[in-house]
Amino acid sequence: MNKNTNSLLSLENITVSFEGFLALNDLNLSLKKGELRAVIGPNGAGKTTFLDVITGKVKPTKGGVFFKGKSLIGRKEHKIARLGVGRKFQSPRVFENLTVKENLEISVSTPKSPLNLINKKIKNDQLEEIEHLMKVINLSKKINSKAGSLSHGQKQWLEIAMLLGQKPDLMLVDEPVAGLTDEETDLTADLLKSLSGENTVVVIDHDMEFIRRLDSNVSVLNQGTVLCEGTMDTIQNNKKVIDVYLGRPEE
Amino acid sequence: MEFKNLKLSKKTTLFIWVIIIAFIIAAPSILPVFRLNLLGRYLSLAIVALGVDLIWGFTGLLSLGQGIFFALGGYCAAMYLQITSSSEFPNNIPEFFGLYGVDNLPFFWEPFRSPIFSLFAIWVIPALVAGMLGFLVFRNRIKGVYFSILTQAALLVFFNFFNGQQKLINGTNGLKTDVTVLYGQMVGSESMQRMFFWITALLVIAAWFFSKWVVKGRFGNILIGIRDDEPRVRFTGYNPVLFKTIIFSIAGGLAGISGALYTVQSGIVSPQFMTVPFSIEMVIWVAVGGRGTLLGAILGAVFINYAKSLVSEALPASWMFIQGGLFILVVTALPEGVLGWIQGEGPRNMLQRFGLKRKIETYPSLEIKNKTEGLKNE
Repeated sequence: MNKNTNSLLSLENITVSFEGFLALNDLNLSLKKGELRAVIGPNGAGKTTFLDVITGKVKPTKGGVFFKGKSLIGRKEHKIARLGVGRKFQSPRVFENLTVKENLEISVSTPKSPLNLINKKIKNDQLEEIEHLMKVINLSKKINSKAGSLSHGQKQWLEIAMLLGQKPDLMLVDEPVAGLTDEETDLTADLLKSLSGENTVVVIDHDMEFIRRLDSNVSVLNQGTVLCEGTMDTIQNNKKVIDVYLGRPEE
Repeated sequence: MEFKNLKLSKKTTLFIWVIIIAFIIAAPSILPVFRLNLLGRYLSLAIVALGVDLIWGFTGLLSLGQGIFFALGGYCAAMYLQITSSSEFPNNIPEFFGLYGVDNLPFFWEPFRSPIFSLFAIWVIPALVAGMLGFLVFRNRIKGVYFSILTQAALLVFFNFFNGQQKLINGTNGLKTDVTVLYGQMVGSESMQRMFFWITALLVIAAWFFSKWVVKGRFGNILIGIRDDEPRVRFTGYNPVLFKTIIFSIAGGLAGISGALYTVQSGIVSPQFMTVPFSIEMVIWVAVGGRGTLLGAILGAVFINYAKSLVSEALPASWMFIQGGLFILVVTALPEGVLGWIQGEGPRNMLQRFGLKRKIETYPSLEIKNKTEGLKNE
């Protein structure tokens, strides 16, 4: 059962086996409300599977996931999303044939039932929210452009804005700075930092400089399990971590 | 890729509509009865094409089984007409029952004595069948090719079932409607057929507006989202199963209306409506017209079918080759269909190729100087 009641999210003894291959192996992790947490790990460490388990895409072979005290196991993806878990994907996944505004409309609209969407106009406060979001990501001028015509960085930001528009209690952000310029990376780091406190944010990334800038607790995954947790400095001095990850010469 | 470029310029849209409406009004006086009847039939096929466009062009569900719903609508209409015109036959039931020694009307025929029930049945029954079939399929996350194969298999099941039920619905012979009587007039009569032509034309326009209403706004955007990236829609908190079931059901209802109108104008409904090639043709009309453009579906259905009848009269047996060629041409050269091509970059690219139009600049803002020079030269 859920031991740690003041945590927003807790994963307990999660094991995911893909036909014998253990993508996650007895993983334990818990997040406090308002926390910003970075998750790093070498390729194949199970970072994305870890997100898949939380968002309901992958059913764990064993173990439990609790969010706000409710078990997420067996819930459908859209139900989990409605509970307040938002996810940003590794490569930017925006709806390329829709405009920036339409993309954001999809994310801010509630309730998310077909009848509501077909019958009613979008609410005024939701429109204001969209305008606010477009200012945050600096895309106000591109409001009616197709999302497919945006640059890679703009797509990343649009997807982050879509995530914000869902007003999730927990944001799972998978490699938000992949393919961004240094400047954009810094801006993204600041944005994510400013979100924590009110929101709980999990950031997955490879980029060490970026993680350092987040100035948060870091969990290191390796072979499907949490190798160690702590601040960036503790992590970088941990021998096990150095062996599996940081110590490798980077090409 | 500009897949959903719905916005024709206002002028073009108006122009197309003026032509269409003028033609519909003038058709009965300028076309011989035979041609008018053909046009009426093809217009009714435009309604099923709209449904195909909704599920395929917008939502990405390639159904090869729309013939099921088309035929169901046709059968509903034919059953009503047969039963209300059967008073002079033995046992007051439709004539064909006599051939198989059936004395009592099968129970499911009874409600079709009511015109109101029948009017609803024409679209509600296909919509319900589509909804149920769709829900089961979508809930199990069957999509893509598997969905297409499954719908085609369902089509074959229905085809074989209807073919074998002589004692219930006259099996492979189908139900004739042209010799039935509606409001004191033969359904096959000239005045009745003219009436059906008008009704069909009106319903095509109504179905077009309805489809437009469905795909505009957030509901339509979710459909496009499902087509392009379904998991993303799910992680945003929407349940794609519901959206897909609704749109598949709508397409089924449209197919039913289409089938009923087609039946009364061709004079018969039979399991031939549920053959595999016919349902594939529906997809071809939409592909040629332009999927994702509702007008394209209408134009595709009408023009291809009209071409089919003209070609078949001139060169019998050559149509299949032409249709196949047309499909290959569209898939390879105009993947967005004719209307999609016109709305997109197509015409400009062609003019460029012939040197009739300047190439578009990669960075227009950096080439202001060239542009002004170009203007001077002109």
